[in-house]
Amino acid sequence: MSQFLGRRLLLLLPVMIGVILITFIIVRLIPGDPCVTMLGERATPAKCEAFLDRYGLNDNIFVQFGRYLLNIGKGDFGTSIKWSRPVVDIIAERLPMTLELTLLAMLFSTVVGILLGVVSALKRNTVIDTITMIIANIGISMPVFWLGLLLAYVFALLLKGTPFVLPPSGRFSAGMALQNLAKFWGMTNVTGFKKFIIDLMSNTVFINCIFTGNWKIFWDSLKHLILPAVAVGTIPMAIIARMTRSSLLEVLGLDYIRTARAKGLIEPKVISKHAMRNALIPIVTIIGIETGELLSGAVLTETVFSLPGMGTAMVGAILARDYPVVQGFVMVIAVIFVLVNLLVDLSYAYLDPRIRLE
Amino acid sequence: MADTLAEVTEEVKQKSRTPSQEVIRHLFKHSSGRAGIIILSILILIAIFAPWIAPYDPIAILRDVDRRDPPCIHILGCPADQPEHIFGIDGNSRDLYSRIIYGSRLSLQVGIITMGFAILIGTIIGAVAGFAGGAIDNILMRLMDVLMAFPSLLLAIAIVSVLGIGLINAMLAIGIVSIPRFARLVRSTVLSVKELEYVQASRALGGSPMHILFQRILPNAITPLIVQGTLGIATAILDAAALSFLGLGAEKPRPEWGLMMGEEKNSIFSAPHLVIFPGLAIMLTVLGFNLLGDGLRDSMDPRLTRSGK
Repeated sequence: MSQFLGRRLLLLLPVMIGVILITFIIVRLIPGDPCVTMLGERATPAKCEAFLDRYGLNDNIFVQFGRYLLNIGKGDFGTSIKWSRPVVDIIAERLPMTLELTLLAMLFSTVVGILLGVVSALKRNTVIDTITMIIANIGISMPVFWLGLLLAYVFALLLKGTPFVLPPSGRFSAGMALQNLAKFWGMTNVTGFKKFIIDLMSNTVFINCIFTGNWKIFWDSLKHLILPAVAVGTIPMAIIARMTRSSLLEVLGLDYIRTARAKGLIEPKVISKHAMRNALIPIVTIIGIETGELLSGAVLTETVFSLPGMGTAMVGAILARDYPVVQGFVMVIAVIFVLVNLLVDLSYAYLDPRIRLE
Repeated sequence: MADTLAEVTEEVKQKSRTPSQEVIRHLFKHSSGRAGIIILSILILIAIFAPWIAPYDPIAILRDVDRRDPPCIHILGCPADQPEHIFGIDGNSRDLYSRIIYGSRLSLQVGIITMGFAILIGTIIGAVAGFAGGAIDNILMRLMDVLMAFPSLLLAIAIVSVLGIGLINAMLAIGIVSIPRFARLVRSTVLSVKELEYVQASRALGGSPMHILFQRILPNAITPLIVQGTLGIATAILDAAALSFLGLGAEKPRPEWGLMMGEEKNSIFSAPHLVIFPGLAIMLTVLGFNLLGDGLRDSMDPRLTRSGK
């Protein structure tokens, strides 16, 4: 297993370098003078020169890339032009929200998707199967943001006055905010990597609540996240349901399942212990691929529900031509995506010994 | 005797069908394939005849209406003295129904053009990589790996941020992020048939590399490309709508469905029809391509169609 892990980690290296290279090149490809694009049409030549010097844009492109790599190694992603703050600080502030949404959506899509798929496969060619598959087909064809808006309309307006009413926007109710953990612990002068980690922890509601014990804010934020998570999770849920159905149907036709039944195992055990273990491999692949869908969906849904995550910040940054922020965010998301796919690969090895020993 | 004669004629008829006729026959037998064809046929007709179907100009600002008026349909009890607007009026006093009718043109164009672009470039990259092998293959495929390391919509957003906002740039961005899928597909097909005997025979007979590649190898990739391309159109339409929704795609006042929703997302509580109808249009279009793609996959796979008989 450790050899397998080592090989996979080694394979990750060129992809990571490629990701960094692409994010570096993307910004260099912007047509026109970087000074004019960043400072605007009316920038004076003197201001321009100072700007180019400050960001080292006058140097050779290889020198620039070397410095870029070095800075990333030091955890420096540049400074936002729009917010005049280090991009790392913005990432620490915005990333947790997006991750919370993605994780919750992943939980929803996996649990509901597998459940629907199993039911569909077991009740093959019945009304339940047909209805589930129609829902799945419609589910994969819906725009995420449209579903989000419809959910907001139904749960915030139509169901007003019932116990099912849910908030349609924001991360918390008015007057609620997360306490910074550094402040909570009475720490002063936290800088660098330590500050980044503490900020990340402070802005993750669940972790914050563990330390501060303020669970009221946890439930409040959870309530705000239900609608966005359902919206983000629906397309992946539909895809997982379809995959589970076909994968399970294929496995159920195999001889060893007949053997398991013939030796008198009860049906739930046949499904959960024997069939699902083999059916899970394609399902896990799909979950890995869908993480990209979830992250993109989170970015879109944040704008619908006015959530202060990476998505809203990125759209704002693009409209303001704030390239360091776009660059940093795209890279962070790509790294998360690559790491999730690594996890998926590792879970294959867990599920299928043949891959481990290959 | 008559029975066997009928059987024989049936068999002869079956044999005389070309493969593409066979696929079409299976497609019409396939329930989701049929549903996809029906939805898309209607949509294409709507797109072609948009000027005759739409009662108003999609970008004309109407004078005698209020902004964000709800739908007014005469047979459903809307007073006869009011002009009929079956989907209501949008935030700029335009007829929503006409805008949605015209929007079908944009969405179909976006889907088909972006996928055409991605298939063309992807095929070239995949064919060169698979056919040349060695270092060229390695470099091209690692590049594809890196492109696939980004969630596709996010990479498209990043590309748009570089190219600038606009529908053409959004299409280009979506096309670029779709290339790796097709490149991989074509490469794997090329690799799987490159060493087969009929290809070697063609080489022995003095076929030029171009002839071998285009006449002998690439026809094998057509089937999977058609299936993946059809499903890809669905994704491209969704992604383009998403970019326009964020304000990074189609420019105002184009009747683009995603843009229409983006413009009115804040009036979801006061004028939900402005969000519901464009979204419904996107959903039906995407559903059509997804169903057709499913149907094509099942009817083009000889193993499935044979066993399905």
